[in-house]
Amino acid sequence: MRATTIRGRVWVLLDASGRLIEDIDTDQIFHNAHLHLTDIAQMGQHALGNLEGWKDFSKKVIAGDLVVAGRNFGAGSSRQQAVDCFVALGVAAILAPSFSAIYFRNAVNSGFPVLRAAGLAELVGEGKLRTGDEVEVDATAGRGRNVGLGIDFAVEPMSGVQSDIYKAGDLFRYGKTRR
Amino acid sequence: MGRTVIEKIIQAHTRDDVAPGRIVWLDLDVRTARDFGGPNVVKHFEREYGNAAPADVRKTFFTFDLCAPACTLKYADNQQICRDFARKHGIAVHDVDRGIGSHTLIEEGHARPNTTVVGTDSHMNILGAVGSFGQGMGDVDIAFAFKTGMTWFEVPETVKVVLKGRPGPAATAKDLTLFLCRELGTTTIALRAAEFYGPAAAGLGLAGRITLCSMITEMAGIIGFIPETGPSLLRETAALGMKDFVPLASDPDAAYADVVELDVEGLGPQVAVPPSPNAVKPLAEVRGVRIDSGFIGSCTNGRTEDFLAAAEILRGRKVRPGIMLKVVPATRRVYEELLKTGLLADLFESGAIVLNPGCGGCAEGHAGLTGKGEVEVSTGNRNFPGKQGKGPVYLASPEVVAASCLKGEIAGPEEL
Repeated sequence: MRATTIRGRVWVLLDASGRLIEDIDTDQIFHNAHLHLTDIAQMGQHALGNLEGWKDFSKKVIAGDLVVAGRNFGAGSSRQQAVDCFVALGVAAILAPSFSAIYFRNAVNSGFPVLRAAGLAELVGEGKLRTGDEVEVDATAGRGRNVGLGIDFAVEPMSGVQSDIYKAGDLFRYGKTRR
Repeated sequence: MGRTVIEKIIQAHTRDDVAPGRIVWLDLDVRTARDFGGPNVVKHFEREYGNAAPADVRKTFFTFDLCAPACTLKYADNQQICRDFARKHGIAVHDVDRGIGSHTLIEEGHARPNTTVVGTDSHMNILGAVGSFGQGMGDVDIAFAFKTGMTWFEVPETVKVVLKGRPGPAATAKDLTLFLCRELGTTTIALRAAEFYGPAAAGLGLAGRITLCSMITEMAGIIGFIPETGPSLLRETAALGMKDFVPLASDPDAAYADVVELDVEGLGPQVAVPPSPNAVKPLAEVRGVRIDSGFIGSCTNGRTEDFLAAAEILRGRKVRPGIMLKVVPATRRVYEELLKTGLLADLFESGAIVLNPGCGGCAEGHAGLTGKGEVEVSTGNRNFPGKQGKGPVYLASPEVVAASCLKGEIAGPEEL
């Protein structure tokens, strides 16, 4: 069973003015020029490849890192690649105040941790969560902690189905155990 | 307690108790995949289930609409992967000749009131226009749905949106929709269902309902319904073979998460400015922006009514030299109607480039991309950076796109 405590270094998706970017859509996450790709190994290099200021993300990120984004992350298309590109890079989790409905489902079904944390924008605005900070998140208890600064923040615990699918691995594994 | 429309549809498709926030297992009446998403659905299906059959091939379809016919080798390969899988299992394919999948599902009668329909198209909730719970999903979800005929779903809350007053004579369904994109933003109905009431909603015909429901995704909503109907809708649905069409109504004592009243009295034409469908301004504030190209079509404005509106402006006039006007009917049925009514000739003679049915410019589709710096005015639903190529895209009604292409700058028909 997979652990629901995740610890790693964060990338905070800020715009040029230093604000947490909201409404990042799937064409910025994984551009439609690459929609024909079906091999997950080829998807990582395109992660955030059309997001201004973050086009080199795939070259900077290291497996085990976490991503922090603004509200309505993953707006737009239903493309699974927008989740799979992070999986391919070994990103451990994405935290945002909210996700688009389809994006959230796609991540849950892939067993990729997407976690909602309402207070992220304030935290980032007050300098309490910065790129490079070490963060630990307990997705069952609903706790987040900036380890270096010793600051705690609330994270919405995984729902029953999200947790079950995550622990099983993905929707397919979960489906086979369910019935 | 009474139920909202979405609660009724979900309750009719699950054995679990339905209440907002609860996760239920939902029976799916129709499950589909496109040329985008489809090959991954096949890949997941074969990896997980080998040669096992889908749950019910009569409820399973492929619809090819993004790159139709394929203009890249990768899309050609991907479509053939889906065809081979479909042939092996006896699944029907609405192939590259048919046009936009969600529209085809309406025309074929697969999407009807009180049905559940899923597909690899984030605008599948367009089916709210006919009272069907359509939902876009990724390829993992759809592969699982192909095999099991079901999925999990969190019952959304519902917001009641009451439109007060009557829009002005120049306002179209797209203008009302763009107005809602601005007013509701990506927060008010986010992750919720919406029900639209008031004469401005009830009076919409099928094409107008499709326009409005298609952009619920841009408002971050799950789905939109228009429970009240008018005579034109009943006529149009009858023509599509839906006898005694009655969309579900919510119960009088249904519980809403929020009730929003919006004044649409005298509403005029609206334009979404790049790079967001929610950055909407009255036409008057955008007028005069120089353009290079126009696009009429997409799942939002690709019905015969949309081309009729454009043709009435373009008839007997010429698209300004140097401006490209790309026209893409939503489906083969629409294309046939344009042919038989002479509208196709009107569009052609004005200088428009009329392409075969499909999605058009979205997802690097078949209707041509915008180059860097190329300004387009489009009837589509998304103008995010890079969605239609590299150029900035303004979203507007077919009327405004037609008038703009005649003038070479963003304009309304009254300026001609």
